[in-house]
Amino acid sequence: MSERTNERLTVFKTYKLYVGGKFPRSESGRVYEVTDSKGNWLANAPQSSRKDARDAVVAARKAFGGWSGATAYNRGQILYRVAEMLEGRRDQFVREVGEAEGLGKSKAAAVVDATIDRWVWYAGWTDKIAQVVGGGNPVAGPYFNLSSPEPTGVVAVLAPQESSFLGLVSVLAPVIATGNTAVVIASENSPLPALSLGEVLATSDVPGGVVNVLSGRTAEIAAPLAAHQDVNAIDLAGADEVLAKELEIAAADNLKRVLRPQPVDDWSATPGIDRMTAFLETKTVWHPTGSLGASGSAY
Amino acid sequence: MPTNAPTAALKDVTSSGSTLRRFLHGLPGVDAVGLEARAASLGTRSIKTTAKAYAIDLAISMVDLTTLEGADTPGKVRALGAKAVRPDPTDRTTPTTAAVCVYPDMVTVAKEAVAGSGVKVASVATAFPAGRAALPVKLADVRDAVAAGADEIDMVIDRGAFLAGNYLKVYEEIAAVREACGATRLKVIFETGELSTYDNIRRASWLGMLAGADFIKTSTGKVAVNATPANTLLMLEAVRDFRAQTGVQVGVKPAGGIRTSKDAIKFLVLVNETAGPDWLDNHWFRFGASSLLNDLLMQRQKLATGRYSGPDYVTVD
Repeated sequence: MSERTNERLTVFKTYKLYVGGKFPRSESGRVYEVTDSKGNWLANAPQSSRKDARDAVVAARKAFGGWSGATAYNRGQILYRVAEMLEGRRDQFVREVGEAEGLGKSKAAAVVDATIDRWVWYAGWTDKIAQVVGGGNPVAGPYFNLSSPEPTGVVAVLAPQESSFLGLVSVLAPVIATGNTAVVIASENSPLPALSLGEVLATSDVPGGVVNVLSGRTAEIAAPLAAHQDVNAIDLAGADEVLAKELEIAAADNLKRVLRPQPVDDWSATPGIDRMTAFLETKTVWHPTGSLGASGSAY
Repeated sequence: MPTNAPTAALKDVTSSGSTLRRFLHGLPGVDAVGLEARAASLGTRSIKTTAKAYAIDLAISMVDLTTLEGADTPGKVRALGAKAVRPDPTDRTTPTTAAVCVYPDMVTVAKEAVAGSGVKVASVATAFPAGRAALPVKLADVRDAVAAGADEIDMVIDRGAFLAGNYLKVYEEIAAVREACGATRLKVIFETGELSTYDNIRRASWLGMLAGADFIKTSTGKVAVNATPANTLLMLEAVRDFRAQTGVQVGVKPAGGIRTSKDAIKFLVLVNETAGPDWLDNHWFRFGASSLLNDLLMQRQKLATGRYSGPDYVTVD
């Protein structure tokens, strides 16, 4: 007996998609091999089809009302909770990021720390962005004129290919912080940190469907998303030049907002608010002040 | 076995309460597990490409576009009528729906809205949805709708009497409504969700057909359980057997709870495999639905353009 205790069977982890708060396999039943930076096999990841993309959009649309309607304060709390959960799984992410990007333990740890800090940073922005990009406008009349930022809707996000975790969070967190819901296509060659992030989101009060994570061939999944009439915006961070052009053409059909890929040398640099404002629309309302009627009185 | 009984025998079964009861209780019992398994297995058929395009157009042409709310306004009924006539204004090849289905007081408005299009106006009647009113009141309700110009009447049966075993009362009520309808087609709603058992659904189907229903319809859409593949399959078997025995073809209308194209296509498979292709026509099969039409239109747009459509591209009802 004592010899046997050392021969414990390995428990392999089945990586799955994260769609609508659940962990389905790909509808197509396909998987593909994920290797580390040296080519050693790590795991099989689901290879999503266009139908998985369609299902993810349905889930994201369903979640949009609740998430965009939640108070900014509440969204901030929930996103901070995500950071707490990430902290609890820090060792796992250090290992996965190290394997995916060929980093040593200390460098991978630095990346994971920067990622968690990034998440906290965006969690803090949820109830502050309105003051920065909205506000009262001076107008020539007896009106209050107020502008406030509104989320665009369902955003398809092509996560950066090289930075599998910090890059992913740097493009995902600004989308959902402002009340959008997201369909994320993980880095094609290193999707494992993104799929594990789905497990974190599932256990941190983020309503199902707010974030949907798909893994697979980026070009295959992105094409139907770019053409999808019920996707309001697309972030092409993970597309190369040729693919980005194709997707931008497909996205023109329903006037999607398109964020073109921008070269990022260092994902750990302070990001600024551009990625949040890229997926915000400004709503302006006019409201009588009620103080300057014809008679000089309010009523 | 009723399927072997001579047609003449069916004339006698309605002669008294006891013969009717004996006949209905003599119907073979329903194998619930087998029925559900059969319905589920037919639901796994894969319908793609041209077959799917055909099925979607067929399903659109079978929709009874329904609004049965206390808050129905003439404007809403007109909007619904316009949608029934031209479901997708961006694509003129889209077929019209079969009918619009409204409350009796809205029939006049609905008739004007669909005038000249071939779309029919169906009206619920007989104290819909509960059916808890005296027979003269129900008949007045029916005559009112017919006088207003309804092409079809959707009546509800008295579930209380049915469940109490008073089949003759239910029979006579349907027969009286049938008479009040004149040439107007009559759909009989059983409210299958309130009949408790599959055996009861089978009995109600035969009862309705014996009493002269042109259509048998699952439910009102006002209770928790509405049309399911299993109870629709059961009713399809009943109309098939009824035609085999009497030569009279009766239509089927599942209503309530059918919201996606996928569901609708599953029902069409049931129709084809159970009753047969004779029923694949909006004269013999209908969907009572409202949100289903939008999903069918989105699927149609997907087939036409190759890209997934969204709710921004169909009307909000």
